[in-house]
Amino acid sequence: MTATTGQSATAAARASDVWKVYGSGEAQVIALRGVSAEFERGRFTAIMGPSGSGKSTLMHCLAGLDSVTRGTVMIGDTTVTGLGDAGLTKLRRDKVGFIFQQFNLLPTLTAKENILLPLSIAGRKPDPAWYDVVIDTVGLRDRLGHRPAQLSGGQQQRVACARALVARPEVIFADEPTGNLDSRAGAEVLNFLRNSVRQHGQTIVMVTHDPVAAAYADRVVFLADGQIVSELIEPTADTVLDTMKKLDTPAEVTG
Amino acid sequence: MFRATLKSLLARKVRLILSGLAVVLGVMFVSGAFVLTDTLGRSFDSLFADAYAEVDVNVAAKPRLEISEFEGEQLPTPFPAAVLEKVRTVDGVSEATGVVAVDGARLIGSNGKAVTSFGPPQLGGNWVGESDLVRLREGRAPQADDEIVINKGLADAGRVKLGDRVGVLTLAPRKDFTIVGIFGYSGDRDSLGGANEVMFTTPVAQQLMLGEPDTFSNIVVTAADGVSTDQLRDAVAAAVGDGYVVKTGEELSADAAAGLKEGLSFFNRILLGFAAVALLVGTFLILNTFSIIVAQRTRELALLRAVGASGKQIIGSVVLEAIAVGLIASLLGLAAGIGIGALLAYLFGNLAGGLELAGVAVPASAVIGAFGVGLVITVLAALLPALRAARIPPIAAMQDVATPDRPLTKVTVGGALVTAVGATLLFLGLGGHAGGNTLATILGGVLFAFIGVALLTPLISRPVVAALGTVFSGWVPGKLGRLNSGRNPRRTAITAAALMVGIALVTGITVILDSAKSSISGLAQDTIKAELVIAGAQSGPRPPTFDPAVLDEAKAIPGVRLVDGEYGDMAMVGGERTWVAASSEPSALVRMFGATATAGDIERLGPGQMLISSDRAESRGLSVGSTVPVQLARGEESTYTVTGIYESTPLFGGVTLPAEAARDFAIPQPIQGYIQLEPGVRAADVLPRVEALLADSPEVSVADRDAFIEEQAGQLDALLQMIQILLALAIVIAVLGIINTLALSVLERTRELGLLRAIGLRRSQTMGMITVEAVVISVFGALLGVVVGAALGAAVVEALRDEGITKLVLPWSQMGVFLGLAAFVGVIAAVLPAFRAARINVLGAIAHD
Repeated sequence: MTATTGQSATAAARASDVWKVYGSGEAQVIALRGVSAEFERGRFTAIMGPSGSGKSTLMHCLAGLDSVTRGTVMIGDTTVTGLGDAGLTKLRRDKVGFIFQQFNLLPTLTAKENILLPLSIAGRKPDPAWYDVVIDTVGLRDRLGHRPAQLSGGQQQRVACARALVARPEVIFADEPTGNLDSRAGAEVLNFLRNSVRQHGQTIVMVTHDPVAAAYADRVVFLADGQIVSELIEPTADTVLDTMKKLDTPAEVTG
Repeated sequence: MFRATLKSLLARKVRLILSGLAVVLGVMFVSGAFVLTDTLGRSFDSLFADAYAEVDVNVAAKPRLEISEFEGEQLPTPFPAAVLEKVRTVDGVSEATGVVAVDGARLIGSNGKAVTSFGPPQLGGNWVGESDLVRLREGRAPQADDEIVINKGLADAGRVKLGDRVGVLTLAPRKDFTIVGIFGYSGDRDSLGGANEVMFTTPVAQQLMLGEPDTFSNIVVTAADGVSTDQLRDAVAAAVGDGYVVKTGEELSADAAAGLKEGLSFFNRILLGFAAVALLVGTFLILNTFSIIVAQRTRELALLRAVGASGKQIIGSVVLEAIAVGLIASLLGLAAGIGIGALLAYLFGNLAGGLELAGVAVPASAVIGAFGVGLVITVLAALLPALRAARIPPIAAMQDVATPDRPLTKVTVGGALVTAVGATLLFLGLGGHAGGNTLATILGGVLFAFIGVALLTPLISRPVVAALGTVFSGWVPGKLGRLNSGRNPRRTAITAAALMVGIALVTGITVILDSAKSSISGLAQDTIKAELVIAGAQSGPRPPTFDPAVLDEAKAIPGVRLVDGEYGDMAMVGGERTWVAASSEPSALVRMFGATATAGDIERLGPGQMLISSDRAESRGLSVGSTVPVQLARGEESTYTVTGIYESTPLFGGVTLPAEAARDFAIPQPIQGYIQLEPGVRAADVLPRVEALLADSPEVSVADRDAFIEEQAGQLDALLQMIQILLALAIVIAVLGIINTLALSVLERTRELGLLRAIGLRRSQTMGMITVEAVVISVFGALLGVVVGAALGAAVVEALRDEGITKLVLPWSQMGVFLGLAAFVGVIAAVLPAFRAARINVLGAIAHD
């Protein structure tokens, strides 16, 4: 099945017939089987699926962290497929932001330094107005001089969000951003992500297995066995959960 | 538990190899030193056994003055030929031969320079015919007064051949001879252990080598059938009486070998000293490696605790790992040491002019030293990390591993205490308050100071590393690298401290030697009032000499005001072994060297009179008019009267005898000459004329004063270079330490590196970051080393103020070079870890566990 919501001109990221095969012969594992998907600009998309469905692999391929076996990946108007290390590094600098589940921050740097790190690495100055907006949105103004060890898990993840946002990338990839947080801290982070999409037009692609987290997104794409099997627009936790239950019995869906 | 240890050991091959390498190098030095001295020792044993193989009993007159191996060859006392007749009549004597064999026959080679030997004697003697040991290779025995035979080794060294007319320097100035024979030794050897031999006819040998006709230096006696050497020795001893030393060939051989072995053991101690430095640095490295390994294995060790391992078992596991590393490293070090020892022995044997080497064997001392040192050092260094490992609570297995910043208070207090102990020991040792253990006290002080500073280093590292890092603050990878190097102060500190040790020692020794050089040069500039100086470079135990006639001839050169020839020798003065000097020009002390009298007259010196320095007068309770018995190398003991006392200066502080006394010196020829010119005469004009006078004295040359002083001071440079080369090893080990620390840090921070790459850090930037970390650590270590070394050096210089080292010279440029070198070393050390960091797979690094 192919998800074709929106027009290609406005897609922030796009996968066309992407295959990912690990190993060879008997040990061969096919992680992605011809996935095609577009992720619209200015929207919050969640990728869901059971363990081993290929959702993380899809995100890694979209972000240029992993190479694809066949097919093409594009971010904005840049073709990711076939880029060398230098090209990928430039892509990450200019077009992509990351939020990981853990090990998100450098322990030697303060919150502020962590937030500004991608810009300093690229040798760019932050836009002061936008920087203020981001800091106020994440609500960390009084914590900027603290080091990660002095921050709570939720605060650390908000710093990571701010870091991803401050460079205004084409798309932010979030990999289970609430996986290590309690529900309250998780809700804070998710609210913050949704606001950055609604108020500032940021594009976010988030991998999660938590229906509550997925409900914050504008759209949910479901993966199973390396293929896109379903999608929901304007999901709620309940509709997501229902769809997930159906995925447990794949025959119904594919049929 | 054992299996778990073994597995973890195998899993950490690379880092253990790196830390093991430090032990390998240290052990290599230890065992190499033992193998070298053992091989050389046995070679000398067999050499002397050979040399004395045909001697049943040897008779020599008691030496007037016993001197040690270090002071030169023993000068034999000539005795009358009549003794030979007496020996021949002793029962049991089959044959007795009168022999002349004295050090100091220097053949002038075809290039016009005297052949030198670097240690082995240059014997001059009488040709007593062929034997089982000595065989003429070509030619015949010397018959006329101007004929000589020489050994093949000497002929080769001097590039002379049968029939050549050559000059030979002896007690007399140059005399020319024709080579009528060239001989070798049994076993197709060209020389015995590199000794050069010139054989004259007996009367010429007596005149030139002993200075008296009809005398011998020794008698070689062979026993009649059925007489044991011991019996023969006792019979001959009884016949010749008290004034003679009668020994069997074996005794003689053992004595000779023992004398040389004393020198070898000194050599051995020097090598062991450098091994100790290498091992000290290695200890830091091993300590660091095991600390990091334990820190990385916190989770694994906690899991072991959680499933029931006791703290003791954890300690056991770490120590077991250390034992395995120590054993393997010792084994490799021993093997490398045997190789190095054999190689050095070979080089030494060649340098000494073809010493027949005994087979290389591995003495028990080398094996015990290797394994003892290797194991003990490794286990000791691993003990601290092992204890820390045992304190890991089982709960750590369940938690996210965070390495909390442990407070540095304890380390700092400990470091301050240890540093204080080191400083106290140094103060006692350098101040001369340590009694007989001065050297041990000073070395202990240095060791404690190093360990103390190493313990203080974590505290110092924070501000210093931050300051060093400001250089890179404008560059993001640089800033990250700097922050990383300040991240684990202990680890950075130990890594830097390892580098500190080597650099501190080199800096300290440079400070001392440079200060000495500058003080001595300064003093010489101030005191020597001669425009030209005749001197030569000493290569063996004998100083170079020149024809005393040159002194008079130089005086006749227009423009020359004063010429002074200086003689010198060891002598017994008032029952005490002392260096004595004699001047051909009595007023030289005042007019050439600006000495001032504190009592009596120091411008005149008649027979039987002596001048002494004020220091000596004070310490021996002497004053003008005191009489002192003096025994020189030749002649009978005689009494001298003190007629003048001069102010001591560090340049001369001995005993000055009149020129006549020099005739009884072991070397009755001047070893230095000083030429003072009339005002307005240019040194450059006179120099070539003096040069011409020295045509027959090839051992020396003439130079103007500045060149002479520079040359003398320059001798310290060679010493400095040798020490620097040996200490470079310690620095190499420290570099291994930096590589090791970085490699482990990169491994530890894989995820972090992945994150940085994910948010846009380029490969080159990643490498830059790691390189900055390495450069900061190594420059920090070098900075510490330079500071500690300069402090140690300054302390020693201060203590030597009374010895005439009055100027403290800090080698700024060299210290700068060390810092630059450290930065370079940092870059080199970072290459592999940086490459590895840049190659990290971004996805692999950040993907979930």
